[in-house]
Amino acid sequence: MTSPVVDTVNLVKIYQDGEVPVPAVRGVDLRVEAGEFVAVMGPSGSGKSTLIHMIGGLEARTSGEIWLDGQRADMLKESAWALLRRRKIGFVFQFFNLVANMTVADNVELPALLAGVSAKEARRRREHLLGELGLTARADAAPAQLAGGEQQRVALARALANKPSLLLADEPTGNLDSRNTRDVLRLLGEVHREGQAIVLVTHDARVASLADRVVSLLDGQIVDDGGAGLARRRPRGGAGDVIELRG
Amino acid sequence: MRPMLLALLAKEPAHGYELKQALEQIFGSAYPSPNIGQIYVTLGRLEKDGLVRVVDVEQSNRPNKKVYYLTAAGREALEGWVDEPTEGPRVRDEFFMKLVLAPMTGIADRMAMINRQRRHYLGLMRDLNELAGQTDRDNRAALLLVEGAMLHLQADLDWLERCQEELS
Ligand SMILES: Nc1ncnc2c1ncn2[C@@H]1O[C@H](COP(=O)(O)OP(=O)(O)OP(=O)(O)O)[C@@H](O)[C@H]1O
Ligand SMILES: [Mg+2]
Repeated sequence: MTSPVVDTVNLVKIYQDGEVPVPAVRGVDLRVEAGEFVAVMGPSGSGKSTLIHMIGGLEARTSGEIWLDGQRADMLKESAWALLRRRKIGFVFQFFNLVANMTVADNVELPALLAGVSAKEARRRREHLLGELGLTARADAAPAQLAGGEQQRVALARALANKPSLLLADEPTGNLDSRNTRDVLRLLGEVHREGQAIVLVTHDARVASLADRVVSLLDGQIVDDGGAGLARRRPRGGAGDVIELRG
Repeated sequence: MRPMLLALLAKEPAHGYELKQALEQIFGSAYPSPNIGQIYVTLGRLEKDGLVRVVDVEQSNRPNKKVYYLTAAGREALEGWVDEPTEGPRVRDEFFMKLVLAPMTGIADRMAMINRQRRHYLGLMRDLNELAGQTDRDNRAALLLVEGAMLHLQADLDWLERCQEELS
């Protein structure tokens, strides 16, 4: 048995920086197997971003454990976390976080270069990713010159540049129209088929419906973890009925 | 279905089976395939109301073919349909009735009901994704119909999330 890519045990986050402590994540046990695609849904403020920031080592936990590939990660120092992230994790932020004074192409190549990939390979990978996301023509632009939806796709390309075994993505289609969402879904499908695990926060049911599992958060706790329930039970033509009922 | 048949006949006279095929072709598989019997029943009623008229066309070695034509009254009815504003979708959601009423009787738990319903909607969304994938890229009407269904389903899921926040 290989160990799960992610395993959190009674994970808790209480923000203490304000007047009153804010319990954002309250005892989450989340296990993600290698190659699995898990969508995280839930209302605004339910703790989705906080949860994946902790899994990615971008936010310190208050208590509980985080295991990545069978290795205890929550005790790691900042620098060790950074190293682990560079090697295994791609992160797409809800608000992009692109490097402002670098071109789109350089933003996407950087993580691969930092991970020790050759310049030639980093370039090849960047060209593929930007192509898949319809951004080839924007390669030499600066992030500030891009529309929100374009920046978001660049952030996804950057997160995938070093072929992470775990992709953590926070609302990667939040600013996209239908067509761009389709491009992103196609790329995620490819990533998933290649065996990379995906944990993706989303409000978009189209995106969530493609996941192997949907985890629902409410007030910092998991209230549903839908594995088997998503299996198709409906006879053909079920989708047609949706249209009829709403017509 | 009445106005849809009138609209197709305004384009050109046709027999029942051609109308069925035209509906399928225009709206794609997202639209529930009309039953041929239903089409003939509807055409019969339209004829009775004077909105279409039938012409028997002789065919060699087959039974006569009935071809339907739009009448002037039919065109007027069609124009009326096109001109009048169309009602938006009404919220008459059976799940919501269950969600509000069932827990009062102690026979169901709201959280479980909402979770089950969410999985069901996501399953439908997955079907729609597949349907979109199978639909001919050039059939704009059919693709837009699927997209419309997806957006409605998204709204249902958002509403479900609100119910979960407020009621549980
Ligand atoms: N840095 C912070 N300091 C204090 N409180 C915070 C901080 N970040 C988040 N919170 C609080 O923690 C809770 C969870 O926030 P989080 O950003 O994880 O929610 P979310 O589910 O990602 O919401 P959204 O869907 O709006 O992105 C909220 O009540 C939020 O106000
Ligand atoms: Mg968030």
